[in-house]
This record gives sequence, structure tokens and C-alpha cells, in this order.
Amino acid sequence: MRKHLLPLSLIMILAMLFSACVPAAPAQPVAEAPAEEAPAVEEGPAVDELNILWAQWDPADYLQQTADLYEEETGIKVNVVQEPWPSFYDLFAAEVAAGGDTWDMVVGDSQWIGQMTSEGHYMDLTDFLNETGLADSVVPATLTYYGEYPAGSGSYWAYPTEGDADGWGYRKDLFEDPDEMAAFEAEYGYPLDVPETYEQFMDIAKFFTRPSEGLYGVGIYTKKAYDAITMGVENTMFPWGADWKDENNNVLGVVNSPEAVAALEYYKELYDCCQGPGLSDAFFTEVNDAMINGSIAMAMNYFAFFPALVNSGTNPDYYDKIGFFANPKGPDGHGGAALGGQGLSVVSHVSPERQQAALDFIEWFGQDDIQAKWAEFGGYTTNSKVFESEEFLNATPYNRAFADTMTFVKDFWNIPIFGQLLEITQREFGKYIIEGEGTAQEAMDTIAEEHDKILRDAGYITE
Amino acid sequence: MSVAQTQTGTPQVQQERRRRGLSDRAIISLFIWPTLILLIAWNVFPLFYSLFLSFTDYSAISRQAPTWVGVQNYIDILSSDRLWGYFSTTGRYTVVAVGFETILGFTLAMLIKEKFRGSGLITTLILIPMMLSPVVVGLFWKLMYNPTFGYFNYLLGFTDPTRAPDMLAGRFANQPVPDLALWSVVLVDIWMWTPFLMLLSLSGLKAIPEYLYEAAVIDRASSWFQFWRITLPQVMPLLLIGVLFRTIDALKSFDLVMGMTSGGPGDQTELIAVNLYRQAFLGQFRTGDASALAYIILIIIISVSNLLIRAINQGNTEG
Repeated sequence: MRKHLLPLSLIMILAMLFSACVPAAPAQPVAEAPAEEAPAVEEGPAVDELNILWAQWDPADYLQQTADLYEEETGIKVNVVQEPWPSFYDLFAAEVAAGGDTWDMVVGDSQWIGQMTSEGHYMDLTDFLNETGLADSVVPATLTYYGEYPAGSGSYWAYPTEGDADGWGYRKDLFEDPDEMAAFEAEYGYPLDVPETYEQFMDIAKFFTRPSEGLYGVGIYTKKAYDAITMGVENTMFPWGADWKDENNNVLGVVNSPEAVAALEYYKELYDCCQGPGLSDAFFTEVNDAMINGSIAMAMNYFAFFPALVNSGTNPDYYDKIGFFANPKGPDGHGGAALGGQGLSVVSHVSPERQQAALDFIEWFGQDDIQAKWAEFGGYTTNSKVFESEEFLNATPYNRAFADTMTFVKDFWNIPIFGQLLEITQREFGKYIIEGEGTAQEAMDTIAEEHDKILRDAGYITE
Repeated sequence: MSVAQTQTGTPQVQQERRRRGLSDRAIISLFIWPTLILLIAWNVFPLFYSLFLSFTDYSAISRQAPTWVGVQNYIDILSSDRLWGYFSTTGRYTVVAVGFETILGFTLAMLIKEKFRGSGLITTLILIPMMLSPVVVGLFWKLMYNPTFGYFNYLLGFTDPTRAPDMLAGRFANQPVPDLALWSVVLVDIWMWTPFLMLLSLSGLKAIPEYLYEAAVIDRASSWFQFWRITLPQVMPLLLIGVLFRTIDALKSFDLVMGMTSGGPGDQTELIAVNLYRQAFLGQFRTGDASALAYIILIIIISVSNLLIRAINQGNTEG
């Protein structure tokens, strides 16, 4: 009997661990339950510290500065915990999948919202945003893209916090140089200026591509990791009038439409002719670095990364020589740009007291004067009043271009299976643009077919 | 023995019990069980649990219980041309990297096996690459490969970036070159891990008894004969152990590739471990599929390792 004890014990331990690890049923949204009448606490707030998870970048510092004002007012400390971008999503996803309550709030990417709400990780903020008037205080497009899911449902899961989109930085010292201006006009027949169309953009990119001088026309997104090259290509797709889907989620004939194919061909031409060298695996950091070292004339980037370009500490040579413009229009005059930015969500796994404390913070944060402070620190407010004020538009060299861009932004899929769709676009765009394999039509056809299959399997396309 | 005696026990029995309580066996159990439980919790259990998950449709982020799908995940993987492509890329990466590392490592060991002035310093310098973190090495070489300011092109004699190779973009003079990015990463792997094979070869070479060579000289054996019949067979077991370690490591290469190319451009450097990570995380969280893929990789690694271990054992028996 004794000799069977060891294997028996092992099996029992394994069985216990096994049963312990079977995931629990999705948690009921705690927020919808009526708040219990807690006895009045006279000593101070029940929650004296809140934690917000966000990516490691300048806006997170600005949010911490804003949150410090909240501590001054209420005594409640708010920590903005920063995680590097590459591991930000994985860290948060792993935490909420385990039902963890390490963070009370997260400033999550717009693409996550479908996944996080479907799996019950975000608290429903619909009533809260409507009752407090915060829903009406922000730019409608930002509420739609950062807060609402499903699209058009009127259900909100995040307070639009950091508005962001892809724009362009350019070297003013080159664009405003009289010799360059004269040479450009002589070659192309129109004055050198900030490009308003992608046709002009290509001319300028080619004009400034001078390998012998170590100067190249552009720095554009090309990285395979996560969503980089897809976000870059979107910047031509949308102005060309192309999209990822129609209103019924159909992709065949949409993703591989002639407009989408032409937009992709344009992006590849831009890469082939004018991309700075060594930028075959580039995202925001690499593009900014190329601009800072003076090797490119125009840089694609999210507006939230532009502060580094006008900072004398990080860009000592060109910080005062950089201008900014919104994404140019496509051949038919369409506007469009890839959406960035994030909304502030409350994690559904934290206790009701902490959820209430988080809501109190968001209500405070959403006030007009606090949003003005947030913008003053450098945050991209979504508050309508602040957003449209001259003070905000003139606060930085890029805010006006940002405000223009936010009027025509579009997003990638934000449904729970966005990761599977993204994997295909990243691969096919990389193959065609960087590797030079196949044609734009083949790349878009492959994307359309594979997206169609995934969407059908997941029930997003039924007919 | 009376009942009363059994219940309370005489002082002698109590002393015996106390002694039994402190027996070696009890102490051994006391130390082993916590360790065993920790091992089960952290190693054995995840192994079996992931095996279970590999037969389910499950996403770690979903908080939905796994749904049993049998061997469907394995069928999907084994019938996917794309995944076979990633296996093929990994195989080429492994064969070329480990092959070159073995030849170069052994050659270097032959060159520095004799003591000479500064040999200790040179050996230490050669060993530095394998002591660095793969992520650091990846970023370091990414800069080295930069077609504008990187040393790599400069050393090759290219000063015009438009006519130079852009190794990680898989282009030469702006024209696509098939698999150039893959071989660029392989080159870094070789740079990093050749010292490991060199170190093992060196220890093997230094362990060869001198009398074997003395006997060969007396028999007027040629240098080639000495190398072929004494040096190589003596070093071979250690060399094969090195090949075994490196093969296992190369088959699951991840950090170096992620640091340099993220698996791109396109699928050029998408090794199977990189794809596994992409399926398991990065927005997809297809835990069931990823678990199945992980087990297939494990089976392949065990199979390849067994072949090499068999070769090592065979060599030892013959030796």
C-alpha cells in the first residue's frame, strides 16, 4: 500500500491544481449592481490610493502630473504605472485574464476595447458617462473610437483620455530654404510647401532624397511587430477612399478594392524611393531617431511622440526647425489618417469601493478646467471646449495639425479577434513592401480572403 | 503488551518514537516534499496542463472554460503550409548556424590550444559574445547592419548606402535578395555562439593524453593521420554535446530574431518559436493552438536530441 502513496499523492496534487486552474465563469459586471449603502467614514476616504496602468511614454508622465493635482485636492494618491510599449498589452492581458486587481484603471489601446469588454474585463461606464455629462463633454469621434463598443451601440467602456493619430513632422530648415524652394519650383512647377495631397508629398519626398548628402525623403512605419506597418499603410488607404470593411463587415471587394491596391502601391513606392536607410524595421522610435539625426526630411509618427522632436534635450540639432502637418489628401480629395490614442477604463475585477474611487477620479479628471491642465502639461485632451480653444491649438507646434487630423481619423478593427486580423496584414504588407515579393493586388487579395475566413468563423459575417 | 501500555507507552517506547520522529528518513522527507511540491506546481503541472490545453479551444484572456476539441489543433497545425514554412525556416537556420559554429569553433580551438603569449587574453576576448544578452546582441547588430552608418557595410567596402546591402531588409542595392535577412540573423547567431563550441572543443583538445601523439610520432604517423585518428575522435564526444546543446537552442531561437527583425520582413525570419509567441500573445491569445504548436516543437526537439544522443553514445561505445 505504502509504495502507492507517492504516485497517488502526485496524482491528487495534480488534480487539485488542475481543478484550481480551470477558469472561472466570467465575472458579472460589478458596476451594474446597486452600490451598497456603506456607513459614512469620517476618518477619510476608504480608498486612499489608486493605480493606473499605461504605456511608458511622455503622456503617462503628463497624466501623473495631472493626477498629482487630484492628490492635492483629495488626499487620494493616484499612481500612473508605466510599462514599455512592447510588453504593455501582454502584461495587462495576462493580469485581467487571471482576474487580477493590481490596477484599478488602464489607459488601453482603442483596438483592445472589443476584446476587453467581451471578456468582461472592463466596467460598463455608459450610465456614468451619461449621467455626469462627460459623454457630451468630449469630441464625439473620440467617444466613438476610444469608448464605444460595439460601434453605434451607445455603450461606453472608456473615457476618451489621450487623443492621438498619425501625422507628419518635417524639416522647416529645408522647406523654407530659399535655394531649396527655388530648385523645387524649377523642377516640379509649383512652390515648395507643406504637402496638401499625396501627389505633392511624393514629389517632395523624391526631391529631398539625396543619398550622397545622407538625406532621404521620409521615415515611414515598416516594423512587423504588433501593428506598426499596418498603421502606416492605413495612412494611405484611408485617403485613397479604401477601408478595412463595409458597414456589414464584408471584406471581399473592400480590402482588395482598386483604391486599396493603389494605396498600397503608393506606400511601396514611397518606401522604395525615399525611405531612410536602416528603416526596414521602423516604428515610432526609429522614425523619430532618423528625424533627430537629420537623415530624413519628413517623419510619419503619432502626435503623442512628437514632443521628443521639439525638445532641445532629445533633439539638440533640430528641435526648433521642425514643423508639423496633417496627413495629406488622397487622389480624390479624401482625408483620412490612422487613429492612435487611448481611453481610460475601470477594471471590472477590482472591488466596488475601488471602482467607485476610480469613477470619482475620472469625473474629476473630465472637468473642463482639469482637462485644460492636462492639455497644458502636454496631454492630448479630447474635451471639446479645450480641444477647440485657441490656447490649446497654439500651445505646441503640432496641436493644430493634431486637431485637423482628428476630424478625419479612422481605426483598424477593434473586435475581440483583431489580433488574428492584424497578424495577416503585418505579414502581407511586410512581404510586399519590404521584401518586394508579389504584387499589391496579390497582397490585398490574400488579406481579404484570410480576413473573410476569420470573420466568418467568428460569426461577424453571416450571409 | 497491555492496552494501557499501548495507549500511553513506556518511557522506552516513547524514546523509541522520538528517535523515529527524528530519523534520517523523516528529515529527508521533510526536505524533499516541499521541493517536490514546488517542482510539481511550477514545472510538472504546467507541462501537463498545457498538454491538456493543447486539445482544447481556449484563450487565456477569455475567462471561458476550455472546450475539448480533441486533436483538431494538431491537425490544423500539421496541415498548415504556412506553419510548415516556419518549421522549414527554423530547420535551415539551425543547420546552417550550428554547422558553421561547429566548424569555426573547432578550428578556433585548434588554433589557440597551444599556450602562447597572450593566449589567455585572446581566449577570454573570443568568449565575450556568448556572455552577452541575446537582446543586446540583436540591437547591437541591428546598428552594425545599418546601411548608412553601420560598420558592417563599411568593412565590406560599401560607402554608398544605395548600392550597399541592407541586410535586415533583405535587399542589395535596393533589389530584394531572397533570405538575405535570414542569413543576416544566422551570421549573428554564429558570431555569438561559435565561442561556445570553441570552449568545448578546447577542453576536449586539452584532455587528449600527450602519449598518444608521442606514440604516433614514434610510428612516424603524418600530421593528418594524427588529426584524423587521434584528435578528432578524442574531441568528438564533447563536440557532439556542444552540437546537441546548440541544436536544441537554435530550434527554439527567439530573442535574437525578435530583437533584430521581429520575424520580418514578411515571413523571412519568422522562426517557429517567434510564431508560437505571436499566436500565444500579441493580441491573439490563441492558447489552445499555441499549446499544441509548443508540443509539436517539443516533440521535434526531443527527436532531434535523441538522434544526437544516440550518435554520442555510439561514439563512446566505439571509442
